[in-house]
Amino acid sequence: MGTVLSIVVVLGLVGAFFGLILALANKKLAVELNPLIHLVEDVLPKGQCGACGFAGCMAYAEAVVLNKEVSPDLCIPGKKAVAQKVADLTGKKSLEVEPRIAYLKCSNPIATASKKYFYSGIQDCVAENLLHFGQKECRYGCIGLGTCVKQCVFEAIQLNELGLPVIDSAKCTGCGKCADACPKKIIQMIPPDAHVSVACNSLDKGAVARKACSIACIGCGLCKKQCPYEAIELKNNLAWVNSQICIEKCTQAVCLDKCPTKAIKSCLNKVAKGLAI
Amino acid sequence: MNDYLLLFIGAVIVNNFVLTRFLGLCIFFGVSKNLKASVGMGMAVTSVIFISSIFAYGVYNFILVPLHVTFLTTIVFVLLIASFVQLLEMVIRRYLPALYKMWGIYLLLIATNCVVLAVPLINIESNFSFAKSLVNALGSGVGFAVAIILMASLREKLRLAEVPKPLEGLGIAFIVAGFLSLSFFGFSGMIK
Repeated sequence: MGTVLSIVVVLGLVGAFFGLILALANKKLAVELNPLIHLVEDVLPKGQCGACGFAGCMAYAEAVVLNKEVSPDLCIPGKKAVAQKVADLTGKKSLEVEPRIAYLKCSNPIATASKKYFYSGIQDCVAENLLHFGQKECRYGCIGLGTCVKQCVFEAIQLNELGLPVIDSAKCTGCGKCADACPKKIIQMIPPDAHVSVACNSLDKGAVARKACSIACIGCGLCKKQCPYEAIELKNNLAWVNSQICIEKCTQAVCLDKCPTKAIKSCLNKVAKGLAI
Repeated sequence: MNDYLLLFIGAVIVNNFVLTRFLGLCIFFGVSKNLKASVGMGMAVTSVIFISSIFAYGVYNFILVPLHVTFLTTIVFVLLIASFVQLLEMVIRRYLPALYKMWGIYLLLIATNCVVLAVPLINIESNFSFAKSLVNALGSGVGFAVAIILMASLREKLRLAEVPKPLEGLGIAFIVAGFLSLSFFGFSGMIK
C-alpha cells in the first residue's frame, strides 16, 4: 500500500510540477504571431515552389504581411485569383499577373537524335552537360535525363518513351522552376494562349544546325518574311515569336506551312484543350 | 582528466549510440536526407541530451533516491524530457528566433526520442558522478551528430548513384547504415 501511495504521490507531484511550469511558460513566453499570416498562407496554393522568391509559402505569407515593400502578386502558380485575395487580405494593390506556362524549345528526343558519343555517367542533365555539352550532336538540344521533371513540384512534366520532356499544360502553373534548372536553358515561359512557338534552341548557322538535327530552326527567315504582322524576329540564327502580337492579330498562322524544317509549331489547340505541349 | 577524455571519446566513437547501440534510428533515417537538416538535428539532439542529463541527475539524486522510488526512474525521465523539450522550444521561439528557424522543428521530433532518454538512464545505471554524466551526455550527443552527418553526406552522394530499383530510397539507406555500423564496430574494445 505504501509503495502504491508513493508512486501516486511522486508521479502526481512531478507531473503537476512540470505541467505548471509548461502552463506558465506558455503564458509568459507566448509569441504573438500576426493572425493575418495564417490567413494569407491558407490562400496560397502551398506547392512550396519558391517562384515568389521566398523559401516557401509560409515565408512568403510572413513577408507579404510584415514587409510593406513585398508585392501581393508574387505567387505565379496562384495566378490572378490568389494575387487578388492576398491583396485584399493585406490591403495592398495587386498588379496584373501574367499567366504563363513552360514550353520546351526542342522537339528532337535523345532516342532519335544523332549523337557524338555514348554517355553512361550520372543520370542528370547538369552532369551530362559538363561533358562536351552532352551526347547529342546538337549542343543546344534537350539532354533528356529529366532534371526538369525532378524540379516540378506540380508533376506537370513527364519524360515520354523517347526521352523528351512533355509538359502538361493543364497542370503547369508557370512557376518557372524547370526553366531555371535546365542546364541548356531550353524551357521558355510562354503565354498559355500562344498560337505558335519555335521548338528549337539552336544558335548554330543553318547548315550546321541542319546537319545536327533534321528539325532544327536553320534561321532562314522565311517565317519572318511571311508573317504580315512582324510578330517573328530573327536573333542569332534563331526565330523568335512575339506571342503578344501573335495572339492579338494573327488568325491564319502562315508561318507553320512555310517553315522548311517544321521547327515552328502550333500550340494553340493543345493548350486550349489542356493537353500536353 | 584522462578519465574524462576517454569517456568522451568512448561515447562519441566506441559506444556510438546510433551505430553500435542502434538507438535513435528513426531520426537517423528520417532526417539524414540532406546535410543541412542533419547538422541542425545533430545540434538539437546534442543540446537536449546535455541539458536533460543535468535535470535528470538532479531529479534522480534529490527526489527519487531520498523517497526510495528509484524504480520510477524511467517514467519520471520520460515525463521530464518531454516537458523539458516543450519548454526549451518555447524559450527558443521567444528569445532566439534565428535558432528556432534553424532547428525549431527538430526539437519537437526528439521530445520522445530514445537516445535522449537512454543517456540519462545509462548515466544512472553506471553510477556516474555529475561531471562524468555531463561528459558522457556531451559525448553521446556529439556521437549522434557525427553519425547523422556521416549518413547525410553518404546519402547525398547516393542520390547520384544508380541504385537497383528494388533498393531505391530507404532500402539502400539501410544497407549503407549497416556498413557504417560495421566500420564503427571496428572501434569496439579500444576503450573499456
